[in-house]
Amino acid sequence: MLLGPALALSAILFSIGVAGVLLRRNAIVLFMCIELMLNAVNLSFVALAQVHGLGGQIMVFFVMTVAAAEAAVGLAIILAIFRHTQSVDLQNINVLQG
Amino acid sequence: MPQHSYGAIPWIGLTVLLPLLGFLVNGTLALVRPQAKRVVSLVGTGVLLASFIVAVLVVLQLRQETLIGPYTVTFWHWIVVDTLQIDFAFALDHLSAVMLLVVTGVGFLIHVFSVGYMREDPGYARFFAYLNLFIVFMLLLVLGSTVPLMFVGWEGVGLCSYLLIGFWYEEKANADAGKKAFIVNRIGDFGVLLAMFILWTSIHTLNFAVIAERAPTMLEAGGPVVTMVTLFLFLGCVGKSAQIPLYVWLPDAMAGPTPVSALIHAATMVTAGVYLVARTNVLFAMAPLSSTLVAGIGALTALFAATIGLRQYDIKKVLAYSTVSQLGYMFIGVGTGAYVAGVFHLVTHAFFKALLFLGSGSVIHAMHQAYHATHAHEDAQDMRNMGGLHRYMPWTFALMTIATLAIAGVPPFSGFFSKDEILAAAFARGAEHPVFYLFWGMGLVGALLTAYYMARLLTMTFLGDNRTGTAEQEHLHEAPWVMTAPLVVLGALSLAGGILNLPAFVGGHHALETWLDPVFEPAKKFSQLVMPHGSTELLLIGGAVVIAVIGLVAGIRGTLVRPIVVAKNAPAEMGFARVLFNKYYIDELYQFLIVSPIVGLSRLVLWKGVDQSVVDGFFVNGSAALMRGLGWLGSRLQTGQVGVYVILFLVGVVWILGSVLR
Repeated sequence: MLLGPALALSAILFSIGVAGVLLRRNAIVLFMCIELMLNAVNLSFVALAQVHGLGGQIMVFFVMTVAAAEAAVGLAIILAIFRHTQSVDLQNINVLQG
Repeated sequence: MPQHSYGAIPWIGLTVLLPLLGFLVNGTLALVRPQAKRVVSLVGTGVLLASFIVAVLVVLQLRQETLIGPYTVTFWHWIVVDTLQIDFAFALDHLSAVMLLVVTGVGFLIHVFSVGYMREDPGYARFFAYLNLFIVFMLLLVLGSTVPLMFVGWEGVGLCSYLLIGFWYEEKANADAGKKAFIVNRIGDFGVLLAMFILWTSIHTLNFAVIAERAPTMLEAGGPVVTMVTLFLFLGCVGKSAQIPLYVWLPDAMAGPTPVSALIHAATMVTAGVYLVARTNVLFAMAPLSSTLVAGIGALTALFAATIGLRQYDIKKVLAYSTVSQLGYMFIGVGTGAYVAGVFHLVTHAFFKALLFLGSGSVIHAMHQAYHATHAHEDAQDMRNMGGLHRYMPWTFALMTIATLAIAGVPPFSGFFSKDEILAAAFARGAEHPVFYLFWGMGLVGALLTAYYMARLLTMTFLGDNRTGTAEQEHLHEAPWVMTAPLVVLGALSLAGGILNLPAFVGGHHALETWLDPVFEPAKKFSQLVMPHGSTELLLIGGAVVIAVIGLVAGIRGTLVRPIVVAKNAPAEMGFARVLFNKYYIDELYQFLIVSPIVGLSRLVLWKGVDQSVVDGFFVNGSAALMRGLGWLGSRLQTGQVGVYVILFLVGVVWILGSVLR
């Protein structure tokens, strides 16, 4: 039941996320793309739970929890970087250059 | 049946252990309490006296034994590898017994002399520690039952020689002389090592007794193996016993204190080469080519060094060249196959040359004190500053005269019998190989020169007017008894040393020859020597005596006729005398031909070229540069751009997934 379309949607969302991470420079947007990828994975978990049992649905809760924590930490870091450099453009953040 | 008791012989290890103990005590004192001179003197000379007493007891016992082969005392298995087994063992036979007595006996006398000579030296304890250590190694050399153990002694005496030549190391010249001795000796030592290797591969033993047993059956007489072994052994002897072309270190070794020159560079260590040839007499008898070379080098050295001795002014330098020359005579002896004559001359030379050196030490001591009292800075060793010393030092003069007559070969002094025997043997061998007539002739001319330069030394030092200086004259006096007493004993030995091996024509019966017979028995199978008898013998002897007397008279007259100018005002030598004074420029020649090229090669090629360019430049710095380059390449990946990292991460994930899922 809708497994194929659900996985397809998940793949599309994930690809958009990857493309966003690769191509965008704004840290906030990049962050949102990561969220998009996480949720694409969540969607495939839920879809596959129909076939393989409830484990996938439980995993989704874990992912959401971790994503929330990650969002908090990540936004805090971005905030700190912004205070330091007056910019959230990743192009300018390269202090670890070799 | 009760087991046969060998009396004192099993205690032979004590002769080495006691000086070792002395070395440890004196060495410790030198580090902790260098001012404890009384203890140092007691220990230093006491252990030698005890060692000498043990040696005498051992030899007295040996007289009563009828041994086949040496008496061996094994202490432990030293090196055991597969079939190679080398014991730390001492072998006592009639030859090592003679050396044992000479080393401990003359060694003891010189130790006693040193008590007086070195009294004021701040390094007193260190000096006696080194001297004791030298005796330890010299006895190891003499008593070692195997070539490697002998080699330990051989290297050990070299070490002590180095330490004692450079004893006053604050002056660079002395330290350099020590280094020169050490380095020149390395050339010879390499020969001994090679000889050892060849011996092991060819007859599978390094034990002297077994070598003498196996060599005649397992090696071809006159063949390449035995010739090679003996030539390499002789290379070692040339280094240690200061023969041409490696003699150059010995005259420089006079930089050490005079007792050292007497003990190490005249009486004992430098005769180690002669001892080694005598010890391996079977091998040399089997290799006539090597033996002829030994005699030839000996004859050449005897003559060559004697000519240099004619025009030296430093009293110790004259004696040094005289030692080189006399060692040459010993090699004529052992090279001719007259091993007994060689060893005989070794023993008598130890007596009269130790006496000469100690006597010169006594003179230098007096001169030094005189100059010290008047604060003059003159050379206390230059004979041009001496003269007329017989008035101030009658004992030294009398004893030096005995030694001079002995070395010149005037009967009945000891040197006459031993040198005469060597020359007679060379003459006898001439009937077989005419080249030995040449060696005999060179030896005879050498004897003439020996008599001349010794008479010159005696005259310049003790006769004529005193040239030391008016202020200094009242400070010139005889040395204390502790220095003259050993001289008196050595004087008696130089006078009567000939008794050891009196020839038949004066009613003797060749005592030393009979004594050493068992040792040289195996060699006789290969080379028989028929000594001249009757009128030939008397003619040879008469000729030798006439030559000695001519040399002595010419030496005294030649020195007395011309006025001698003190060293600081002396004009430069002219003509051939200048060449002799500068020792034929051999040192300069070696400097030019060997030292400079080696230093240049080392500096330009090895140091600047190989070390700095290749090792430092290419390998050390090169590998560092390579790593830095690789690091630079790797750091190009670290852009600091998150996007790039993500792309790389993605590529990696795709790659891994691709390879896993395939």
